[in-house]
Amino acid sequence: MAIDMTFPEFQIERDRDKCIDCQVCARQCSNQAHFYDEEEGIVVSDDSKCVNCLRCVTLCPTKALTIKKHDMEFKLNANWNETAIKEIYKQAATGGMLLTGMGNDRNYPIFWDHILLNASQVTNPSIDPLREPIELKTFLGSKPERVLIENGRLAEPLPPQLELEIPVMFSAMSFGSISLNACKTLAMTASAIGTMYNTGEGGLHKDLYKYGKNTIVQVASGRFGVHPEYLNAGAAIEIKMGQGAKPGIGGHLPGEKVGAEVSSTRMIPLGTDAISPAPHHDIYSIEDLKQLIYALKEATEYRKPVSVKIAAVHNIAAICSGIARAGADIIAIDGYRGGTGSAPTRIRDNVGIPIELALAAVDSRLREEGIRNRVSLVCGGSIRNSADIIKAVALGADAVYVASAALIAMGCHMCQKCYTGKCNWGIATQDPNLVKRLNPEIGTRRLKNLLNAWSHEMKEMLGGMGINAIESLRGNRLMLRGIGLMDNELRVLGIKAAGE
Amino acid sequence: MFTFGESNRVGAHISGISENFSEGNMRIPAGCAISAIANVKGIPFSGKAIRDSIANMRERSNGLGGGFAAYGIYPEYKGFYAFHIFYEGCAAQENTECFLGENFDIEVGGKIPTRKVVGITDAPLIWRYFLAPRVDKLAESELNADEFVMRCVMRVNSSIDGAYIASSGKNMGVFKAVGYPEDVADFYMIDTYKAYIWTAHGRFPTNTPGWWGGAHPFALLDWTVVHNGEISSYGANVRFLEMFGYKCTLQTDTEAITYIFDHLVRRHGLSFEVAVATVAAPFWDDIERMLPEKRELIKALRATYASLLINGPFSIILAWGNGLMALNDRIKLRSLVSAQHGDNIYIASEEAAIRTVCPEATNVRSLGGGEPLLVFIEGIDGYGN
Repeated sequence: MAIDMTFPEFQIERDRDKCIDCQVCARQCSNQAHFYDEEEGIVVSDDSKCVNCLRCVTLCPTKALTIKKHDMEFKLNANWNETAIKEIYKQAATGGMLLTGMGNDRNYPIFWDHILLNASQVTNPSIDPLREPIELKTFLGSKPERVLIENGRLAEPLPPQLELEIPVMFSAMSFGSISLNACKTLAMTASAIGTMYNTGEGGLHKDLYKYGKNTIVQVASGRFGVHPEYLNAGAAIEIKMGQGAKPGIGGHLPGEKVGAEVSSTRMIPLGTDAISPAPHHDIYSIEDLKQLIYALKEATEYRKPVSVKIAAVHNIAAICSGIARAGADIIAIDGYRGGTGSAPTRIRDNVGIPIELALAAVDSRLREEGIRNRVSLVCGGSIRNSADIIKAVALGADAVYVASAALIAMGCHMCQKCYTGKCNWGIATQDPNLVKRLNPEIGTRRLKNLLNAWSHEMKEMLGGMGINAIESLRGNRLMLRGIGLMDNELRVLGIKAAGE
Repeated sequence: MFTFGESNRVGAHISGISENFSEGNMRIPAGCAISAIANVKGIPFSGKAIRDSIANMRERSNGLGGGFAAYGIYPEYKGFYAFHIFYEGCAAQENTECFLGENFDIEVGGKIPTRKVVGITDAPLIWRYFLAPRVDKLAESELNADEFVMRCVMRVNSSIDGAYIASSGKNMGVFKAVGYPEDVADFYMIDTYKAYIWTAHGRFPTNTPGWWGGAHPFALLDWTVVHNGEISSYGANVRFLEMFGYKCTLQTDTEAITYIFDHLVRRHGLSFEVAVATVAAPFWDDIERMLPEKRELIKALRATYASLLINGPFSIILAWGNGLMALNDRIKLRSLVSAQHGDNIYIASEEAAIRTVCPEATNVRSLGGGEPLLVFIEGIDGYGN
């Protein structure tokens, strides 16, 4: 019987005319797909080890390398395609669950790409952001029904708010799932731009306390690294009930990633697995969630907004209504395309609903119940560019969460192998030799560029619609039209078809 | 007992126009002319001047909507709410009167007198009632009279097919129609009414409105709004207002603006200055430069009432029982001019519309973006004093 029933996913093509056998590729590849053959004095490759992260390709000084999808093919079959067959081989060989990284990559509809924006013509002038101010400032937190004023002064301060310069935040990624340098990059960028990053469930490394003003600290089912100083270190607290990539599933950081720094930050013994249970074992229903929300508010003297993050699932609108009534200041909804460091493939690819539909349904429901201003809505999974953000805001989001886009800005090439811990780009790894490949200063510069570019684009789109402050777009679904959507999808999105 | 039908739209009125394209079934952007004259001492004067002023800006409208609001016209019934109602037919009138009878004591009701005018056709039945909420209904509702009336107006306008309450305040009324404003004035004989505040509107919609209700001024309780512009925040504004019981059945910007001021000033008790800082908010750059106390207040307003920011070009004249306010959008995308002569204040889209009725007017100025001109009428109670 063959050792392995299958063939490599990728093939590495080395142009021998260009290759100078300098071994850069061999040194760069943590998967050991390239190695130096001392007897022959040349660098050779093993296709079967390649994950197509493109690290070698981008660093090769003579551009001698090309990675391609493997030429080999199974007999064409629309049903039993290559993925389906290979997954069977893998499970037959190991007896294990299939694992994967990053967000759902299946060919489901992407509703963002079926929504078009409006622009002013004739009856309403468009506004040029180079000439007129266009404002993106956003406040997250519960808003009172009315502002009370006495003698020209604010009689009652607002509940605690997060003040964002742009309606984009970095969503939760724990120290452990990503490297400390990646965490630093997120923290430094959030601080420079005036927005928030999120610790995920990995606790807060001591070097990151100074970015507290721009930090959302997360409390998840494993409670890793949660203590009073941690809760009070951030600008807001987020209770993680669920994650779009794996609704209903907990987390598992393998012991080999729990080095000294991760161990002390998470407050767990060195080298032990960090297992987050699927549910919070003190939250079996909505009234329990309310208790945790208020326990956290008590712990921070009602000075910080409390967010509740949930995965977008079928009954999302009713669940969010309950969360708003349970006292949450912010609800973060994570769509089924949301990213992850590691998730069971079957869960990631088959559970949850699209964020566009979930967001629209939740915003509509909260408005029908007259409680929309009690809570801010943040959506994530997957926001890819500034147009997605603008569409999300028009559907009703106060702000969005991005994670994959931020990692891509740092160098991620979407090979989806985060769960192996061998990230060649120094992002999803704890290997010190790999981590140092990500320079936080350079990462911050790139990430700031990305957000600034998005700001410019959002201002152009807003100006085109004749809007000079983002709040006038929020929930303004008249600015959206659907293309290629069915009636029921248009109804859930609350938008008209193009041409109507 | 009368039951509410499924339809919450007023139907097409002008024959030959598909119902889909009639006011209320779609949003119709419009350009416009607006004008106002007020006597700050509260001395009423005839509607002739306001007619001539708005007629001067004929080319800013296209014959598809004109109207007038007049304050102080019903001194003999000033304790009663005056309802001006359009009916598309007898059924609408019967249903509405049945509803009004259940909820109000009707002091007097009758047709609003009109005269034949060439330019005005397809008139609905136009009725006027002076009424007061029934004491038992009011007590049952646990609302104050204004709130009770507001909810009844919403009920009629959103659920009685073919009925539309054009105005519902005290000692005031709105006279509007599809036509050029000067024809509308002649049709309603507004030269025979005397008011201390007059506002007027000539409409240039980009589509043929099917119903008189869509003409301006738009009114609720004592509020009236005439408006020139198209607000790009409409969708955001309306979805917020709907949470508080407002029903924007006509899908017009003006309707939304009226409800915004009703919500902020009448319901939440904000001053006009504060309401302006909400709907035409200062820019964040300017807010950062304010003194801490003011900064905190404006920040709280912008955060709390973010959805009530009015965006896009507008010039409006908001009037109520004891005053009026002219306001431009915060980056001044529409013309609006004010002037003064004696006790009279003049406001119009164009200076010519003021000069034509008052050549000697002084203190002529163009209003700045987001800077309101507030005028209060002496000796009359109302909002803001």
